[in-house]
Amino acid sequence: MSGVPPRGDAPGGGDPGLQPERTRLAWRRMGLAYTVVTVLAVRLALTGDTAGALLAGVTVLTWWATLVVGWGRATGRRQARIDTRAVPLVALGTVGLALLCVSLVLRGVW
Amino acid sequence: MSATKRIIGVVWQAIRRWFDPSDLNSVGTTPDYRFSLANERTFLAWLRTGLALIAGGLAAAQFLPPLPLRHLREAIAVALLLLGATVAIRAVDHWSRTERAIRLGERLPASRFPAVLALIVAVGALLLVVAVLAKGMSVR
Repeated sequence: MSGVPPRGDAPGGGDPGLQPERTRLAWRRMGLAYTVVTVLAVRLALTGDTAGALLAGVTVLTWWATLVVGWGRATGRRQARIDTRAVPLVALGTVGLALLCVSLVLRGVW
Repeated sequence: MSATKRIIGVVWQAIRRWFDPSDLNSVGTTPDYRFSLANERTFLAWLRTGLALIAGGLAAAQFLPPLPLRHLREAIAVALLLLGATVAIRAVDHWSRTERAIRLGERLPASRFPAVLALIVAVGALLLVVAVLAKGMSVR
């Protein structure tokens, strides 16, 4: 994949299907969904002790890193710098978040 | 022992395929960028599906009351979380294989995963229906 979609998605010029814009919005939606999950995970992590605060901190860091990569891919300014490696990075960020949440649930059992 | 080695090798190859855009860029020809963008959006739609499953697992862990079976609530939560992680891994693998197929002009990779996921969700929903009905009967 060439990585940098052309910016000619303005009305009256470029891609009439608005493909770059649709892709940008898809990245935005992914970021918003990730944010909701992060809020739920932080709520589960904060149990009033130090370990809970640490796990919440790690969760917020994962959220931040994923958003920087994903939304960087979405915005024109960074599109050239953040290439298609954003795709596997964001997927692994999601897997990491899921495993973090599993540890949070299991922590509540013990 | 050799089986373990083989599995590690396959996994390593897959991860390299996901991350090596230079390899991806060198096979075949550069396709119409619209195909690549559509592939990327499909990946993002699958990722959102995975995130929704993860959110469901977190909601089950926090908002369900304790269930009659010990740790059933936590088991449901962990199952949903692991299903979400599986969807995310499969999404990126399918993205990279589709990207490669587009570049090489091959047939797009076929997948049974959507059917399997649909069956899992349907069975889970039916089990919930049975549980709700059983609870309603026992209350009356």
